[in-house]
Amino acid sequence: MAVIEITEQNFEQEVLKSDIPVLVDFWAVWCGPCRMQGPIVDELAEEVNSVKVGKLDVDANGRLAQQYGVMNIPTLLVFKNGKVAGSAVGLQSKEGLKELLGL
Amino acid sequence: MMYDAVMVGSGPAGLSAALYTSRANLKTLVIGKDRGALEKADRIENYFGMAEPVSGCELVENTMTQAQNLGVELAEDEIFHISWDGHFVLEGKNGAYEALSVLLATGAGRKTLKIKGMRELEGRGISYCAVCDAFFYRGKDVAVLGNEAYAIHELGQLLPVVQSVTLLTNGQELKEEVPEGVRVVKEPLISVDGTDRVEGVTFADGSTLLAEGLFVALGSAGAMELARKAGAFTEGQNIKVNERMETNVPGLYAAGDCIGGLLQISTAVGEGAQAAMSMIPFVRKQKKSK
Repeated sequence: MAVIEITEQNFEQEVLKSDIPVLVDFWAVWCGPCRMQGPIVDELAEEVNSVKVGKLDVDANGRLAQQYGVMNIPTLLVFKNGKVAGSAVGLQSKEGLKELLGL
Repeated sequence: MMYDAVMVGSGPAGLSAALYTSRANLKTLVIGKDRGALEKADRIENYFGMAEPVSGCELVENTMTQAQNLGVELAEDEIFHISWDGHFVLEGKNGAYEALSVLLATGAGRKTLKIKGMRELEGRGISYCAVCDAFFYRGKDVAVLGNEAYAIHELGQLLPVVQSVTLLTNGQELKEEVPEGVRVVKEPLISVDGTDRVEGVTFADGSTLLAEGLFVALGSAGAMELARKAGAFTEGQNIKVNERMETNVPGLYAAGDCIGGLLQISTAVGEGAQAAMSMIPFVRKQKKSK
């Protein structure tokens, strides 16, 4: 499944109202570990169909980062039925992300 | 100036790698801060080719001369941050360096500090990277934990963004000058406080400080800190590499005590050589594609 760019405009529709779990990668262009996390998230998205994968640029969507208490990047949150069901702070391997998603 | 290969650390791994990269015509720089673990090794009796015991310092200094004779540049500096934007940029106390490939070889990581509440609040107000996370503390009061140049570097990243920064030396002697307007507290820390997120810290004398963020920059930035900031995977106190000494970051390598294993000069020398064997084709490919 392709990675979705999550913004304040589509967050409710794509994440909160999603029928399947959503993994959201909170990132920013100035963050070194985020640049390495990006391709790992892309690879995961290609592999799995049971989970939606999105990336959220904290610079452009600061309010959402604040709302979900993101204070370090990369932070990866798993949303299930509109609620945070899992989180990981710092660079994660693909295996680590799968574990976080219960896959 | 753009270097083909920069080795961070002037111990056996970094210098060994430099011998190979320089002989392969890669413009090579070795950045060292001190003699590291070998400083205290007075008699080394188990290193190949030494009829008589040799001191760690002597061994390193001999190799430095050998490296210089082969065209390697040496610089005394302390690196605080490594970022990548088409090539690597290393920020040090004395300036910045640019490189197509980087080897992390700064020795074994130091033990982490155990302060009550710190582990629990990780990711919720505790940060190990000011460049990455300063953004989240705009207009807020924060503290930096550290007493050396590395802490001052992190402080410099925060000052333009936050409302106030307090430097906490945790009972250690302050080794650097602090920018104007930064309060310094030398009292040892006993806890990082907060339920959901960091709200402040408590000192040994019972006094407290309100802070929404605590940036940890203890001592000097070791291989682990540098690796993490560049986006490399770590495992425990070691940087994760494959058998070619490659980290997950293209062009970033690690060798010596910072990748674990035997922690011997002989293994560090071998790993340095292996890292160089990976760096040489990587750099040549990079140059061809430009």
